[in-house]
Amino acid sequence: MAAGQPAASPCMSTIAGRINGRSKSRINIWTALAMATAVLALLPVGTLAVMAAADTGHLWSHILVHVLPHATRNTVTLLVGAGILATMIGTGAAWLVSAYDFRGRGFLEWALLLPLAVPTYIMAYAYLDILSPLGAIQGGIRWMLGYSSPREFRLPDIRAMWGAILIFGFVLYPYIYLTTRAMFLTQAANVVEVARTLGVKRSGIFWRVALPLARPAIAVGVSLALMEALNDVGATQFLGVRTMTASVYSTWINRGDLPGAAQIALAMLVVVVALIVVERWARRNQRFSHSAQRARPMQPVRLSGIKALIAFSFGFLPILVGFAGPFIYLVWSALKRIEHNGISAAIVRATVNTVTVSSAATVAVLVLGFAAAYAARLRPGTLSNAVMRTASLGYAVPGTVLAIGILIPVAWFDRSLDGLLRNTIGVSTGLLLLGSGAALVYAYAARFMAISVGGIEAGLSRIPASYDQAARTLGRDATGTFFGIHLPLSRTALTAAGLLVFVDCMKELPATLLLRPLNFESLSTLLYGEAARGVYEDASLAALIIIVIGILPVILLARMGTAEPHKAARP
Amino acid sequence: MATSSTALSIDKVTKRFGSLEALSAVSVDIARGQIACLVGQSGCGKSTLLRTIAGVEDIDGGTITIEGRVVTGSGVFVEPEDRNVGFMFQDYALFPHLTARQNILFGLKGLGRAAAAVRADETIARLGISALADRYPHMLSGGEQQRIALARALAPQPHVLLMDEPFSNLDRRLRDTVRQETVTLLRSLGTTAIIVTHDPEEALSLGDKVVLMHKGKVIETGSGDAIYSFPQTAYAAEFFSRVNRIPAHRSGDWLDTAVGRFPAPCGSSGAVLVYVRPQSVLLDTQGVAATVMGRTLLGEIEEVSLSVSGLETPLIMRTSARCGLDVGNTVQVKIDPHEIMVFAADESARSALPGV
Repeated sequence: MAAGQPAASPCMSTIAGRINGRSKSRINIWTALAMATAVLALLPVGTLAVMAAADTGHLWSHILVHVLPHATRNTVTLLVGAGILATMIGTGAAWLVSAYDFRGRGFLEWALLLPLAVPTYIMAYAYLDILSPLGAIQGGIRWMLGYSSPREFRLPDIRAMWGAILIFGFVLYPYIYLTTRAMFLTQAANVVEVARTLGVKRSGIFWRVALPLARPAIAVGVSLALMEALNDVGATQFLGVRTMTASVYSTWINRGDLPGAAQIALAMLVVVVALIVVERWARRNQRFSHSAQRARPMQPVRLSGIKALIAFSFGFLPILVGFAGPFIYLVWSALKRIEHNGISAAIVRATVNTVTVSSAATVAVLVLGFAAAYAARLRPGTLSNAVMRTASLGYAVPGTVLAIGILIPVAWFDRSLDGLLRNTIGVSTGLLLLGSGAALVYAYAARFMAISVGGIEAGLSRIPASYDQAARTLGRDATGTFFGIHLPLSRTALTAAGLLVFVDCMKELPATLLLRPLNFESLSTLLYGEAARGVYEDASLAALIIIVIGILPVILLARMGTAEPHKAARP
Repeated sequence: MATSSTALSIDKVTKRFGSLEALSAVSVDIARGQIACLVGQSGCGKSTLLRTIAGVEDIDGGTITIEGRVVTGSGVFVEPEDRNVGFMFQDYALFPHLTARQNILFGLKGLGRAAAAVRADETIARLGISALADRYPHMLSGGEQQRIALARALAPQPHVLLMDEPFSNLDRRLRDTVRQETVTLLRSLGTTAIIVTHDPEEALSLGDKVVLMHKGKVIETGSGDAIYSFPQTAYAAEFFSRVNRIPAHRSGDWLDTAVGRFPAPCGSSGAVLVYVRPQSVLLDTQGVAATVMGRTLLGEIEEVSLSVSGLETPLIMRTSARCGLDVGNTVQVKIDPHEIMVFAADESARSALPGV
């Protein structure tokens, strides 16, 4: 009897669970906030575009001839090199812990994520000291070889492009590890088994099945890692590699040339767009398909004895280089510092500053991110989707670029306000937004909005539309539904997003350097300042604080196991 | 026509999703205290209609009136929270962070704390769910969740209770009991209710009024008895039961078929099909010869498919007689002439259900 057959939910599932539209005309607080968020995100990018269009005469030609070619070449070399190295480590490690089982695999599975807690500039800072000619490693090698002075024997100086590539590769591989491993976990089992029945040998599985299968995941991971590399300002400078980011920074700070900095920044945006295009191209026609069925993990090959030891060593190497090495060094030198000098007032002040600004930014990001995601839920459609994507724009924009884009309008606003008030009522406000740190909070908010929008959107999407409708028919309006249903039910998503944003703000260096108020040091700028001056004082302690707090989201990620990296939530 | 006893009036309601017309000028009136069943296949528009009544979906034309007040139409749109309708969802939509009692209290905010507590207790007592009141939804079985959802929807004493496939998440045995209890409760409270279902038998057994929908249109409206026994359309006949469609030749006032001659109904003209339900095919030594092609035991009854000369498709017979037929046996069958339905051949082709 055909008529009796259709099983379940006919219309509910096919038609978007939408809370009507006649109130479209009414301005809703959520939509207004969401729009404001998008405008705030758009302002820096728009400013750069306007700056580029403006005529700056000789400046541009100078940059075009003397700065850009060199900086671009360096940047591209660094990105390609670090990209290849990180892909090799990340994919290899993911395959190792997915296809093989050995003593210590469970530890490697989560510990391979640990380098995520180490910002590139801390990595470079630590290795500069560890590998210095007078450092422990070179000293040890000399001792073993029987030399007595660095004059007689020294390793090549890591302050070079190859050093930067090594350091970036070892600290950024977890992005690729994370996405690729998720792919292996959710997709590989069936395909691998089918391939085996079709005659592919076990040894051929990686090249013939796993790698092609992981290509979209690798593309996502690599693009995230490279955006991080492009964003870096500290490590490349410490290692003497003049990238575009470093050029933006020095053009403004050393030459005082804001339009010039803006133009290099704009050129960097071109690189970002190119990265995104390459990523889309690399996973053309391919998507992560989330199978409704519960994923069956691949059956790993059991290793024992010497083979297990070799496998573990291979898996442990990236952790040693990317986390354990610098971490142990930092603990050791921080303890030494505390032993001799105690905890300085400077480090306490920097910690308080960092926590204050990061907390303010986290609150702003959560409120605005919730608004953007919630507006899209209330009124799904192209507009609210576009608003949500625009609000998330900042994540793809390197911190330095974003900071220049913010600096220009904010400085203009500060000067205008000051001038206006001085002329009318004789009061000077000074640099209101820049001086108070508001500009910095703005930069953090714009840069990390994607994390909160993405996380909260994902959290909200797990709340069925029928809950909204049930609440509405039970007499609650949109705001009442928000407080009664959505807020309590998305608490976990909010907490996770808040933690991720807070830690990212705390680690942030490039925008902080450019937008911090005078005499304001955060943990990251304190470290940068000491490293730039070549003194090693409180920096190790600052680095240690950043890494320890940075481990929190790594634990969160490890617990989510197969989840996508939080940074995948970018436009 | 809407009268003073009309609780809900839907007048020429139209709703489009892009180019798809989900509802085309749908009109239905429900009297106060009546239980109406909206029935039809997936995507026929029945759930959409329910959602437009609740106000969680807007419409593109027409008017919806609840207890004499226009809630949607002619420039008016009353927000769902101001309509005083109860909505029970297929997935129950119980809020997972609230206990059963808190779920029920959720809709009673306007009453004030004390009155709300009294009302919640009354409802809980009435539905006999006091043992469940302090549990969270995940601690409840499907049947228990169903009762909490019903209690939550009924507690604010809505003008009309809208239920979207309220029994489809229950397993078969439980479904019949819960359905019976629910209807008994609704009748004792005098609640006006609209129940959406895709199950023809459920529709026939539940409603005072059955509204059959197809492709966004109301095909037929009537009591369960009338719509089953005297369907006005071939679609309704096929929807509510399985039928044999038998081609007929008209000769004068008679219709000649491969299984016998029947009187032509008054007013019919042109090519027609005779519809015969499987239970109206009877074993009769005076009937036409048929060969047994297959047998399926369905419990109390058995279904036999028969090959009759002159018929392209097998004739399906349902019988409770254990007559010990085997494939290949020859039997004589006739059709109960009082139980045939006659529809124009072109209408029948147009309305044919897929898969019949």
